[in-house]
Amino acid sequence: MQQVFKKPVSLKDVQTHFCPGCHHGTIHRLVAEAMDEFGVQKRTIGVASVGCSVFLYGYFDVDVVEAPHGRAAAVATGVKRAKPESFVFTYQGDGDLAAIGTAEIIHAANRGEDITVIFVNNTTYGMTGGQMAPTTLVGQKTSTSPYGRNQSKDGAPIRMAELLSQLEGVAFSARVAVNSPKNLMDAKKQIKKAFQYQVEGKGFSFIEALSSCPTNWGLNPLMANSRVGTEMCDYFRLGVFKNTENL
Amino acid sequence: MAKRLFVKGNEAVAMAAIEAGCRYYFGYPITPQSDIPEYLSRELPKLGGEFIQAESEIASINMLLGASATGVRAMTSSSSPGISLKQEGISYMAGSELPGVIVNISRSGPGLGGIDASQADYFQSVKGGGHGGYHIVVLAPASVQEMYDLTMLAFDLADIYRMPAMVLGDSVVGQMKEALVANRRPETKLPPKDWAVRGKGDGEQRVVKSLFLGDGELEAHNWRLHAKYQELKERETRWEEFETADAQLLVTAFGSTARIVKTAVLMARDAGLKVGLLRPVTLFPFPEKALLQATQQCKKVLDIELNTGQMVEDVRLSVARDAEVYFYGRPPGAGSLPTPEELFEQIRKYY
Ligand SMILES: Cc1ncc(C[n+]2csc(CCOP(=O)(O)OP(=O)(O)O)c2C)c(N)n1
Ligand code: SF4
Repeated sequence: MQQVFKKPVSLKDVQTHFCPGCHHGTIHRLVAEAMDEFGVQKRTIGVASVGCSVFLYGYFDVDVVEAPHGRAAAVATGVKRAKPESFVFTYQGDGDLAAIGTAEIIHAANRGEDITVIFVNNTTYGMTGGQMAPTTLVGQKTSTSPYGRNQSKDGAPIRMAELLSQLEGVAFSARVAVNSPKNLMDAKKQIKKAFQYQVEGKGFSFIEALSSCPTNWGLNPLMANSRVGTEMCDYFRLGVFKNTENL
Repeated sequence: MAKRLFVKGNEAVAMAAIEAGCRYYFGYPITPQSDIPEYLSRELPKLGGEFIQAESEIASINMLLGASATGVRAMTSSSSPGISLKQEGISYMAGSELPGVIVNISRSGPGLGGIDASQADYFQSVKGGGHGGYHIVVLAPASVQEMYDLTMLAFDLADIYRMPAMVLGDSVVGQMKEALVANRRPETKLPPKDWAVRGKGDGEQRVVKSLFLGDGELEAHNWRLHAKYQELKERETRWEEFETADAQLLVTAFGSTARIVKTAVLMARDAGLKVGLLRPVTLFPFPEKALLQATQQCKKVLDIELNTGQMVEDVRLSVARDAEVYFYGRPPGAGSLPTPEELFEQIRKYY
């Protein structure tokens, strides 16, 4: 019999701690598949952030450095400059990248650091219990926006993929989702593109992945999954916002 | 013999870093240390190294964290307000057992304060300015030569003990020019960096982290760090003694202040007073034993600092209850460096 589906070698054979219906695990898998396809596992250095994704090193079978909250892009800069032959990626939540780490991500992107950033946007601070994030949708109730996010007081949700695409140093910026087979296949394609940019030494590549957080949204996994496709995709449009190859 | 040069303290730091094999520097401008990044931005690219002017001190300490995690020698420098911003990263580096050199050419505060010399960052440097209860190596140069020698030593101690090391100078030693003999890097046996991330290749996965959630893991980690600090106290304490053999009054001072004290001690000797100086060179590990030893006969200590009293606490702890400890300090402010005459007056007062 022929084996047609198997676990990526860049992923360890372990159970995850993510909640049922959380997309972190699926995104991990896509990233690992891309690692396998480019054969970069052995020279990869991952940068773990703070949030539900911090246990990166428990799942990916690659060397990992853990960064303080929000600082992954700066840590990755140090890693890549000191070891340019390595394949460097960060994996950061929206609280991490779009709030406390805004300066670090914007400047790493602007310098055109040759790294790949996987940005997991679930419109909330997952690990700390579902507080309002910079990406929380207007009207969305969270533990610190109990009356719903109010744009006039809290600002509008930040669209990082579009924002970063404005910077000269960014080679590739796209937003994907993994809520349906079609979106998942497309996400896989875009993640591979992002990897290719770094493999070819073409500069900063950015993937924003819309992700569910059933636990903190107070939805069951199916309803959470469908919220990604409706409310989230409505505001956070999927697509490629910068692709220097097409310029 | 190496040639004698005439350079600024800050330049000596940058030259020593290069001689020590540091090829990666990350920083952000702030007076009075900007000569360091300026020098390295010019020299590192010629050596195949990297200079990054980061967007902030927070970013630069985290770039240092990332570079150090790969096993290279790397450095950042700043001055007081910038060092405050670096404290988060320093705590993470201490927790992740990462080497790396941090230079603080300190200035006066709190807040924006001023750009003149101050020793008010003593607490912040030696007591663990960030969270979590940790120590870093802290070296306090008093001359341009020591800016050079102690910077090289900082790299070695950081690598040997796998912890951040700080060179704590101030605008006096950073900005003054003196003769420097640019010594070659000493031969020191260094442990292999078998913990550094490098891309696992065919080897085992390596992880550099400070998160320990397993039962008892973090407690064990903290005890291990503690043991390292004890070992440093045993093996790496450094200090200078000047005219201490028959001293009836011992003056303690560190860094640039100790130079003014030396002149005052000589004035006291001329006046027939038996006075000596004990200058801690390592602020962590603090020369506790040397102080206790020196106060076996001499029962009076006068601690002098450019602040309202910080190191004096460690002096008191070191001499137990055997000696009377007095303090004279000048909080910083433009033009408020004490004169030798002023310090001589204090010596006479407590003698
Ligand atoms: C300096 C600092 N501030 C706050 C925290 C607490 N904290 C831990 S995880 C987290 C939120 C992470 O949210 P996000 O990046 O969206 O990731 P998620 O958990 O949703 O995957 C926060 C605020 C911290 N660890 N460090
Ligand atoms: S809290 Fe949310 S983001 Fe975190 S694992 Fe659970 S579902 Fe995923």
